[in-house]
Amino acid sequence: MNELEEFRAETRAWLEANCPESMRTPMPSEEMVWGGRNVEFCSEDQKLWFERMRDKGWFCPDWPVAYGGGGLDVRRSAILDAEMRRLHCRPPQINLGIWMLGPVLLEYASEEQKQRFLPPMARGEIRWCQGFSEPNAGSDLASLRTTAVLDGDDYVINGTKIWTSYGNKSDWMYALVRTGPMVPKQKGISLIVLDMTSPGVSVSPIDLISGKSSFCQVFFDNVRVPRSQLIGEINDGWKLGKALLQHERRAMSRFSESALPTHFDLDEYVKRCLPAPQDADEVALQQRAVACLMDEQAFSLTNRRMIDSLSARQDVSGLMAISKLVHTEQEREKFEILLQLLGNQSMGWSGDGFASRDLDLTGAWLMSFAQTIAGGSSEVQLNVIAKRVLGLPDPVQGVRS
Amino acid sequence: MSLIYNEDQQQLLDSAQDFLAARSPVAAQRALRDADAAVGFDPQVWQGMVELGWSAVAFAEDQGGLDFGFAGFAPIFEQIGRHLSASPLLSSVVLCGSLIEQLGSDSQKQGLLPGLIAGEQRWALALEEADRHQPDLCDTRAIRTDSGYRLSGCKSWVIDGLEADGWLVIARLEDGQRGVFAVPAGTAGMTLQRRQMIDARNMAQLLLEDAAVDASALLASDQFEAALELTLDRGRACLAAELLGCCEAVFAMTLEYLRTRVQFDAPIGSFQALQHRAARLYVQLELMRSSVMAAFEALDRNQVDPAQRRQLVSLAKWKANEAAQLISNEAIQMHGGIGVTDEYDLGLFLKRIRMAQSQLGHSAFHVSRYAGVRLS
Repeated sequence: MNELEEFRAETRAWLEANCPESMRTPMPSEEMVWGGRNVEFCSEDQKLWFERMRDKGWFCPDWPVAYGGGGLDVRRSAILDAEMRRLHCRPPQINLGIWMLGPVLLEYASEEQKQRFLPPMARGEIRWCQGFSEPNAGSDLASLRTTAVLDGDDYVINGTKIWTSYGNKSDWMYALVRTGPMVPKQKGISLIVLDMTSPGVSVSPIDLISGKSSFCQVFFDNVRVPRSQLIGEINDGWKLGKALLQHERRAMSRFSESALPTHFDLDEYVKRCLPAPQDADEVALQQRAVACLMDEQAFSLTNRRMIDSLSARQDVSGLMAISKLVHTEQEREKFEILLQLLGNQSMGWSGDGFASRDLDLTGAWLMSFAQTIAGGSSEVQLNVIAKRVLGLPDPVQGVRS
Repeated sequence: MSLIYNEDQQQLLDSAQDFLAARSPVAAQRALRDADAAVGFDPQVWQGMVELGWSAVAFAEDQGGLDFGFAGFAPIFEQIGRHLSASPLLSSVVLCGSLIEQLGSDSQKQGLLPGLIAGEQRWALALEEADRHQPDLCDTRAIRTDSGYRLSGCKSWVIDGLEADGWLVIARLEDGQRGVFAVPAGTAGMTLQRRQMIDARNMAQLLLEDAAVDASALLASDQFEAALELTLDRGRACLAAELLGCCEAVFAMTLEYLRTRVQFDAPIGSFQALQHRAARLYVQLELMRSSVMAAFEALDRNQVDPAQRRQLVSLAKWKANEAAQLISNEAIQMHGGIGVTDEYDLGLFLKRIRMAQSQLGHSAFHVSRYAGVRLS
């Protein structure tokens, strides 16, 4: 047995011994555990699973041990991932800080900042949110206008951020702010982290077409942030922001995967709703559903290929660039098919006339529209692929196409 | 095994690239078409492929093979697609070789395989009777006689059937089971008709009218259906890899055109409407590559159970078909006028792509087949 297979066997044994039975079942969204100051558990098992994984360093398996990680290489952390999937282990916590900010801190933060921010993150003690988009800076993120002006040893922040997921429940925020001029607009941006309990921060949630949502708008009114909390070089935050978005695209697809592992299992719905398709409309619907399943499998094989390529030290930037686009568009197609399979039963809005599972489906379908917009719309993803992966030329100024 | 090429496969890919670029570039395929040769490939290029060991890749050493594993065909067929290279590798080696290897008795294998691996004998599979791939359809009959069998029926689409040294004919026996007969060239009662196809390759209709063969022409029939299915799955994976290579070539041509073609004082590839379409083609290319690699992984050493193999091979052929459909159509549209001229190579790729899409199962066939596994 080679070392990797040994690791697989050990990991499997550890998970079998330490992952409580109730943590191996599909996870309803209300039972997600969010790490942070106010972490809440629905059961003793959840707490146990959280603490065991935390103590193992497996909230961030591929981080260095020195910063509270598990110290695993790419192959081993892929094995851990695969073994958790095999046992249907729930993620012990959801933590956007670990998936997105963590890798950027590891690469760009000062040693002092790493020592200060990474270990609590790795223990799931801080819940992080992201302050990027603004009402007038969406796809054109670099036109952001929230300002951070140096005053003594503090930056004073004024402005507003929008589409901040769980802004009302998070402990800290990492934000892109303007510390320099608007021209050229990418040059005057910095990455800063701040405590959401700072005086002058206020948050209001946003309702979506799906109803209540996790999205918030955050307002900054003369919020003072110590200058030691600016990450990397001043006015160099665009580079860090782009790196962060690369991780976000992966985290988003991972998040939706772990949040609803088998929640809306298209295979099962097809079998249940179309047990023996006879009429032409049923056959056509089944074909569309199967094509969707096939595309999903092609995508999951592509994720596997990305891991294989990573461990062979091949360039995976192309595969990373398509990941968010493909995943969110496939999800939207899947929900549209579910709507057709279930008919009116999938379009209930509220009340006792519908099973809660059906209402969840309505909500998830409506949310699928937000997924192809949030975290870089599909059109932004296509721009990125065209420019960075395919090397197609930039638009020529003043040309009418 | 993994979803990326290992070192050995990478070497095969590189040597195939070198060989085909030198000996079988797209221009050679065009010349073959213009020469209107019924055989549809260049025998000297085929001999070169044999010398490189391509016909021996997947066979065991005791049969005269290299025992590389089936996955060796992935890089080879990818390069064949890239260069649009015609050869009997699929028909004779992958399809017929696989059936003989699985069903042949020792003496049948000894009689057939060495010549096939050495490229001295070329066999063609006579299976299809319908215009769309229907592997279960078989109206061709085999009637027992004192000395052997009499075969009657019409095989409408026999790939590389012209000028073959023999045909593996699928026929229904009197007990209702199907079997496969090795019918050598020169057997009486056979009429071959050339079918000139858009890809200018070798295609024939084979009419059998009481064609008499020896009893020894029948390969073992007890495992016939399973062996045929595995054989066809191998062929499907190779076609999917060929489509992948075709699409890579077509996509590269298209990107080059988008970068260099100037209209409205700008390269047309700077226009967002075209950039987004090109980006979507790239997405399909990557999904196709993953699916093709997974099919070869499943086929490599036959360690995967048949249901899983069926699912992954149908996924690969379906994805390759669908992606190739989109990429070939978009490539021509984005090229504009030059894309529909015969002078430009894109049309040659389009024609081969359509044939490869149709062979061994178009998209709807593989969706149904996949559903049969996934939803059972």
